[in-house]
Amino acid sequence: MVIAAVGVVLLRDIFRAALLLVLCFFTVAGIYITLNADFLAAVQVLVYIGAIGILLMFAIMLTRNIREGNPFNRLNMPALVLALLVLATITGVVIATDWATVSGVPDVVTSELDQPTTSHIAKALFDKDGGFVLPFEIASVLLLAALIGAVVLVRRKENE
Amino acid sequence: MGIEHYLILSAIMFSVGLYGALAKRNAVAILMCIEIMLNAVNIAMVAFSRYLVPDTVVLTGHVFAIFIMTVAAAEAAVGLAIIIAIYRSRQSVDVEQVDMMKW
Repeated sequence: MVIAAVGVVLLRDIFRAALLLVLCFFTVAGIYITLNADFLAAVQVLVYIGAIGILLMFAIMLTRNIREGNPFNRLNMPALVLALLVLATITGVVIATDWATVSGVPDVVTSELDQPTTSHIAKALFDKDGGFVLPFEIASVLLLAALIGAVVLVRRKENE
Repeated sequence: MGIEHYLILSAIMFSVGLYGALAKRNAVAILMCIEIMLNAVNIAMVAFSRYLVPDTVVLTGHVFAIFIMTVAAAEAAVGLAIIIAIYRSRQSVDVEQVDMMKW
């Protein structure tokens, strides 16, 4: 998965980079399955690979410029240094933290955690108290706004 | 496989995405790198949800991951629409040439 992600960044052919991105999304879905998140794995395949992947392919084919390819800009070295700093910081924090609360977690999944997570997610989303009903509605309004905004942005002007 | 493995994997993916988002010139590539970063955060969310609340099923991390996916889909749609609009007006997706808001 990391190899795929690095390939997305390093490959000069942007179409191959997009295909590697799809591979990367697939491996992330696999990671979700190892974390017992079956619903999220399915959503990952549907939304990321099915929707965003295809959308990126379309955008690349519409805007591909063979001569330019996928070059780096002049921020190459500072960006690399910054990314390595972020990686070192996060890794250091993760290693330095004593995950005491984790010690009781069984490596073998208990029967309760082994069930499909869909109904639990629905309960967590739409619970009467402490649910996420308002964020859910806001997300739907956001999707509607994004839909209309995307259509308006790419629409050709009538009077041109 | 403890939580550290997932978090370090997530950190590596995030750094790769960050590097790409900062160092690329093609706007579509930048958008792809942002998607990698969002995926990395999602992995961290799900890992925390799985490991930090033992014995009970508390899926707030999953709910957050779902919202992140929603926003990522909206962002990809609008971002690609903007990129295509820019490409129509300037025949290029090079972010260094798009400087009309710079002064």
